[in-house]
Amino acid sequence: MTSVSVPRVEPRSSPPTSESRRRRQRKNLLWFLLLAGPNIALLLVFVYRPLILSFYYSTLQWNMGSAAARFVGLDNYIAWFSDPSSSTTLGVTAIFTVATVGGSLVLGLLLALLLNQKLAGRGMARMLAFIPYGLSGIAVGMLWLYIFDPRYGLLSTLLEAVGLTSPQWYTESPWALVMLIIVYLWKHVGYVAIIYLAGLQSIPQDMRDAAALDGAGRLRTLRSVILPLLGPVSSFLVITMALSSLQSFDLIQAMTQGGPLGSTTTLMYQIYVDGFQTGRAGYASATATILFVLLLVITAFQLRVMDRKVHYS
Amino acid sequence: MSTILERPRPVVREPVPAPPPARRVRRSPVHSVGRSGLYIAVVLTVLVMSIPMIWMVLASFKTEAELSTLPLQWLPEAFNLDNYRQAATTIPLGRMFLNSVLLTVLGSGLKVMLGLCCAYALVFLDIPFKKFMFALVLFTLLIPAQITIIPNYTLVASLGWLNTYQGILVPGLASAFGTFLFRQHFLTLPAAVLEAAEMDGAGHWRRLWRFVVPMSIPTVVAVSLVSLVGEWNEYLWPRLVTDSTDTMPLPVGLTLLQDIDGMNSWGVLMAATVIVTMPIVVGFLILQRRLVAGFTAGATTG
Repeated sequence: MTSVSVPRVEPRSSPPTSESRRRRQRKNLLWFLLLAGPNIALLLVFVYRPLILSFYYSTLQWNMGSAAARFVGLDNYIAWFSDPSSSTTLGVTAIFTVATVGGSLVLGLLLALLLNQKLAGRGMARMLAFIPYGLSGIAVGMLWLYIFDPRYGLLSTLLEAVGLTSPQWYTESPWALVMLIIVYLWKHVGYVAIIYLAGLQSIPQDMRDAAALDGAGRLRTLRSVILPLLGPVSSFLVITMALSSLQSFDLIQAMTQGGPLGSTTTLMYQIYVDGFQTGRAGYASATATILFVLLLVITAFQLRVMDRKVHYS
Repeated sequence: MSTILERPRPVVREPVPAPPPARRVRRSPVHSVGRSGLYIAVVLTVLVMSIPMIWMVLASFKTEAELSTLPLQWLPEAFNLDNYRQAATTIPLGRMFLNSVLLTVLGSGLKVMLGLCCAYALVFLDIPFKKFMFALVLFTLLIPAQITIIPNYTLVASLGWLNTYQGILVPGLASAFGTFLFRQHFLTLPAAVLEAAEMDGAGHWRRLWRFVVPMSIPTVVAVSLVSLVGEWNEYLWPRLVTDSTDTMPLPVGLTLLQDIDGMNSWGVLMAATVIVTMPIVVGFLILQRRLVAGFTAGATTG
């Protein structure tokens, strides 16, 4: 029945009067408002409005919860850049981001290459490597805090078993950050591996065969064929991992709360402390703006690099 | 020069059937050594990934004395539930679990609904500014949480929504990621089916739920899974807007437990950690294949 009626419609709709077209457009617009309206309205209210408001807040001397706010122009930014602790925060953020993004990409790629081999039980291994990514950051932080416990933790026992003494992870300056990075890698490496696995599986087998026929060994094939073909996947991962690393909060909150002496305070954590603990909301908004600009620069840079690599796919 | 001449396609194509036997021959001597090396690497990976989680579960059943013996005691003498009991009396664990379930189900359900409707409108409705609207949605993926938390907090506070479910839920509802993925998928659907549906008199609402959604089940499942996991683990925002245990979800409660008891009662903390993580671990193990597809969905388009 339906297929018979198809040709009959055509003559009816071919010369549309401007009147009926206008009515149709109005109807479409109504449907658009009904279907997309709620989502777009929520985005405007809870993402775009705060984005703009945050720029405005960053020009105020204003404490969270107080009614009094004074316009100070760029004073918050000047204060941030002239505060010596800012360079520490920036340094911690840079180390944390580079170590977590770089580390998870390298380890994730190795893991993906390993789990791409035809080995018994690789399905189970893939799943186990992936599970931590789905766990609550707070729970993961608590769990590892226990493992890093200098007296009763699993790690100190293991280190002593191989003749090393465990550092005071919680209280010694570089070790707290190292601890955070290790835990972050443990949580995210499975995710990176799964994305790389998807990329590896999209590489056609005959490309590898062709490389093998040209006399390329395993390492040479990896370097000259597989890695370049994974370029777009790597770019995607660098962006998403950098964004999530710069925004990570749960682990720091659960494990170090920014200490000892600010040695694990990232920009994100500083915003939380300034905004919600010491209450300097204007100053925190300025920091947030600085971080936002940083994110935009990283993303824009990566997108340009990615654009250049897209032709591989 | 000569290598270039030797490389036209047909030459490479011809010997392609050969590799399988050739490979098997090439592998045999060195093969078993490399093979066992690979297995050792897999076993190490599995150990590194799973021992912390096993250690957590074991610790949750240990007594205070068992937790503080040196050298470490691997297994608890008996599976006693004291730690769970103590966690439940220190914080209202059951209530928080229910809060988490409610917020997760409601939050991800609404998110998926909003995403589906918005993506349908962006793909199948012919209106001006459609491209701009999509860009508006897409750009939000680049706006980080930290720039929105302070203004959103003041808004929620001024609405009197602190310590309410809507205060936790509403600001995070809008779906940019879901909308994006749904749109990408909808663009691949056969237009003929929808045109036929339209001619049969099906309105937009019917077309969405009777035709588009059933043709997109894998994507819907993927987005739902990612949302469920995300909502269950949500921490910073609920922590900011709740300090009452009546509406507080589990992860926030977990830090409360840490604050109250300090660092020493690892057994109690691990018991609560098990409760927070178990639903996800069990869900992951049941849904294995689906999940991997779900989490990689965003990557293939990137």
